[in-house]
Amino acid sequence: VLELAVEGVILGILSGGVYALMASGLTLTFGVMGVINIAQGAFVILGAYLSIGVVDIWRIDPLLTLFITMPVAFAIGVVSEVCFVRPLRHDRERMSVVVTYALGLLIEGVLGPIFLYGRRILAVPFATSSFRVLDFYVGYIYLIAFGLAIAILCLFFLFLYKTKTGVGVRAVSQNRLGAEVVGVETEKVAAITFGLSTAAAAAAGTLFGALFAFTPNSMFDLIARLLAIVVLGGLGSLPGAVIGAVVMLVGEDVVASMWSPSWAAFMFYAMLVVVLVLRPQGILGGQRARRV
Amino acid sequence: LEVNVHDASNLVAPVRYFRQGAPRSSWAKGAVTLAALAVASTLPLWANGYMSEAFDTLMFVALASAWNIFGGYTGYTALGNASFWGIGAYAMALISVHLHLGPYAMFAVVPLAGIVAGLFAIPYGWASLRVDASAFVIVTFAVLFVLEHLTLNLSVVGGSAGIGFPIPPWSGNFFNEPFFYAMLITVVLIVTISFLVRRSAFGLTLLAIRDDEDKAIASGIRTGRSKLLAFVLSGFLTGLVGAIYGYFISYTYPQFVFDPATSVLIVLMAFFGGSGTLLGPIVGAIILEPAQIELSTYLGAQNLDVLVLAAVFLVVLLAFPRGIVVSLTASRRRRRESKRQASSPSRPAPDLAPSRPIVALGDSGPA
Repeated sequence: VLELAVEGVILGILSGGVYALMASGLTLTFGVMGVINIAQGAFVILGAYLSIGVVDIWRIDPLLTLFITMPVAFAIGVVSEVCFVRPLRHDRERMSVVVTYALGLLIEGVLGPIFLYGRRILAVPFATSSFRVLDFYVGYIYLIAFGLAIAILCLFFLFLYKTKTGVGVRAVSQNRLGAEVVGVETEKVAAITFGLSTAAAAAAGTLFGALFAFTPNSMFDLIARLLAIVVLGGLGSLPGAVIGAVVMLVGEDVVASMWSPSWAAFMFYAMLVVVLVLRPQGILGGQRARRV
Repeated sequence: LEVNVHDASNLVAPVRYFRQGAPRSSWAKGAVTLAALAVASTLPLWANGYMSEAFDTLMFVALASAWNIFGGYTGYTALGNASFWGIGAYAMALISVHLHLGPYAMFAVVPLAGIVAGLFAIPYGWASLRVDASAFVIVTFAVLFVLEHLTLNLSVVGGSAGIGFPIPPWSGNFFNEPFFYAMLITVVLIVTISFLVRRSAFGLTLLAIRDDEDKAIASGIRTGRSKLLAFVLSGFLTGLVGAIYGYFISYTYPQFVFDPATSVLIVLMAFFGGSGTLLGPIVGAIILEPAQIELSTYLGAQNLDVLVLAAVFLVVLLAFPRGIVVSLTASRRRRRESKRQASSPSRPAPDLAPSRPIVALGDSGPA
């Protein structure tokens, strides 16, 4: 029984890293722009399909596609912000929910005719090799995906805490008006934030695509999970998103390995409801305070 | 277009409205409503081939209007209204499987199913309304998935296989009609309730929450109670719709009735037409549902329907951020007022705000 629990914890932490990368972008856009980006799930799937496309054309290693998908996704994110999010002045937060949902649908609508609706998975050369821990096997790909996700996440944090633009992003998320007063260009910051968040989602999409099968309309399941993670950690809190991702995925995988996989998804969302009843602001969320 | 609850004249407006009778333009609106009802209720006579589409459209009118009573008036964007829809369908299935009723008597179970959905909304609303408006959006979405996975795993409700309804013995070209009329009655009920809520003091508290919840609390409104009441009302009405729908398709299973896409579509329709107005969700549903059916019929094979639908959503939402109805009535009102000013230059333009019934968030007249 203990071994099953250990297996769940290990798998949960490894896949939790990938989810943390997706969720960090989501929580950052909320903190900085006050936008609930329903399209984040679609951006993840977009990243996975971009990788598939690049692999199909140039026949390179799927994980190397990160160097292409991330800049492309950054550009897509900036364009999306300028075209679809920036014009929302009236009732911004409520409108952002429907507009980003439509944006996600647009991405699905573009991917559908190109890649069709069959299940795909990003074929990595070492997908079948694994190593032994106690009494079970863990695929190397899980370890690699986790490592890459953490590395990109670290770059993300370095950017936010060590560069001038990053300080601007954090300033806007703490106090928009104050940041504007001291000379932060909030519109530029918004575009960069959205671009970064999209790049993170696409990078996580490449890793996600190597671990799990997906279709153009996988976005619903993904966004529901990401939103749950972000709220569990505390909306707008970046460390909260990482903690939320690991807690949720460990919880889900432990239930899957110890009890039954079919109850695991239920536990995932039920955990959120239970935590919020006890602590309405999430694990790391301050009362209404938005911190990065 | 702002609701100003602190202005006392706004608070007495609904009282004055009922005492003095409706303004003359309301009679025109009443006539339009009656005409629309006449067209809708005679639909089986002249559009018999389209009853299934008509039923779907009416259903989304009902769903979007029921969503609007909570989501539109309070501004809390509930993304998970398909939860109530699904619970209504499941309650209807479970009750009717055990009761062995005749095909018409089945409709008597519908209110019961609605009550089940409403009862579910009480603890659900209590728990989810503790979080702030942004997190609330997400919690409602999560609850939808909780229900989907719960019904998938519980054998009492049929698990992943779902539950079948007893199929009524009606012939092919008559089959849709009873469902159509049942849904039409439900639409009339929901829109009437929505209209009455908007005109009531209770509705005013909801609109105040939408504008500024902190100020509403400060002016003595018990916002928690109002929100919960509206949430339960919205859940009950959505449950009614789900019950009729379940009986109509004669089958209910988890991924189908707790569908996130349907759940968001309801919200999108309301925003498309104008969230928080009486007419907006109706217009949104009447435009979008037939459009969606047509698109999937003609473009579904090439997988292009999603793309076109998404493009339409984006263009309309960005062009009319307050919804079609609000944007159009606002521009019409501006034109009328500028014309009035031009015709009587000696008299200053009257301040219309306090004399208008409640608040002019778009068109507030009957359907």
